[in-house]
Amino acid sequence: MNRSFWRGAKDGLPICLGYVSVSFVFGMMCVEGGLPAWAAALISMTNLTSAGQFAGLSLILSGGTLLEIGMTTFVINLRYMLMSLSLSQKVDERMSTLSRALLSFGNTDEVFAVCMQQRGAVTTPYLSGLIACVYVGWALGTILGATVTSVLPEMVRSALGIAIYGMFLAIIIPPARKLKPVLYTVLLSMALSSLFYYAPLLSGVSRGWVIIVCAVAVSALMAWKFPVSTESAQQEETP
Amino acid sequence: MNYGRILAAIAVMALVTYLPRMLPMVLFRRRITQPFLKSFLYYVPYAVLAAMTFPEVLYSTASLLSALVGLAVALLLAYRGRGLLTVSLSACGTVFLCERLLALVIS
Repeated sequence: MNRSFWRGAKDGLPICLGYVSVSFVFGMMCVEGGLPAWAAALISMTNLTSAGQFAGLSLILSGGTLLEIGMTTFVINLRYMLMSLSLSQKVDERMSTLSRALLSFGNTDEVFAVCMQQRGAVTTPYLSGLIACVYVGWALGTILGATVTSVLPEMVRSALGIAIYGMFLAIIIPPARKLKPVLYTVLLSMALSSLFYYAPLLSGVSRGWVIIVCAVAVSALMAWKFPVSTESAQQEETP
Repeated sequence: MNYGRILAAIAVMALVTYLPRMLPMVLFRRRITQPFLKSFLYYVPYAVLAAMTFPEVLYSTASLLSALVGLAVALLLAYRGRGLLTVSLSACGTVFLCERLLALVIS
C-alpha cells in the first residue's frame, strides 16, 4: 500500500516540477489582472487544470457572466470526459466508487498520460500518490507566482499581457505542425474568431459565447471530415 | 473587485471541471466507440485555444507593434517545439524589450 503510494508520487515528480512553472505564470496573471492572491490559490486548489483556469480567469477579469464562465470552461473541459472514460478502463477493477469519485478530481492531461503508460491496472494507492504529488506542485507554483507579482514594476506587468497567449500557442502549434487536421482546426477557429471580432454585426456577441461557437462548429466539422481513432486521440492530447 | 462574484465564478469553474472528470469515471465502464463523438472531443481543445488566442493576442500589450513582434517570437519557438514556459516568457521578454526600444525612439 505505502510502497505503491510513493511509487506514484515519484512518477509524479516530473509533472510536479512542470506544473510549478506553469501555475507560477497563472498566479502572476491573476494578481496582474487584479485578483487577490488567495483567489488565485483557491482557483488552482479547486480546479487543477491549465487551459480551463486561464480561460475562466480571462472571463472573470473581462466581466463575463457566470453562465459564460461556466459554459466556456465546460466546453474546454469536455475532453476530460474522454480521458476519464479511458482511465475508468485502466484502473483496478476493485477500486471503490468513492475512490473513483475522489481520484477523478486529479485526472489532468499529464496524470492521464502517466497512467496510460503503466503496465497493468492502476491501483488506488498509486493514483493517490501520483495526484498528491502533482497537486502540491500546482498549488505551490500558483501561490509563489501570485505573491511574487505584487512587487513587480508596472513595465514588467504590461509585458506579461502576452504570457497566456504564448502558452496557448505552445500547446496548439506543435501538434498542428505534425497533424494536418489539427492545423486546419487551429486556422479555421482563428478565422471564425476573427470574423466575430471584426465583422460589424457579429462583434456585438460576447467573447465567451464566440469561443463556444468556434469550438462546437469547428470541432464538429473536423470530426465529420477527419474522424480520429482512439489511439491517436490519446497520444496527441494537449497538456 | 466584488469578492462574492469571484467566489461564485470559482465555484462554477470547479464544478464544471470536476463533473466531466468524475461522471465518466464513476458511471461508465465501457469504452466510447461512437467515432463522431470521439473525434469531436479530440478537436475541442485546439479549437478553443485557437479562438481564444486570435485576434486577442494582438491587443494584449501596450502597442500593436510590440504584440506583433512578441507573437512572431512565440510562433517561432512554439513551432520548434519549445516548452510552455519558454515560449510564454520569451514572448514577454520580447514585448518588454520592444516597448523599451519604442520608448527610446519616441523620446
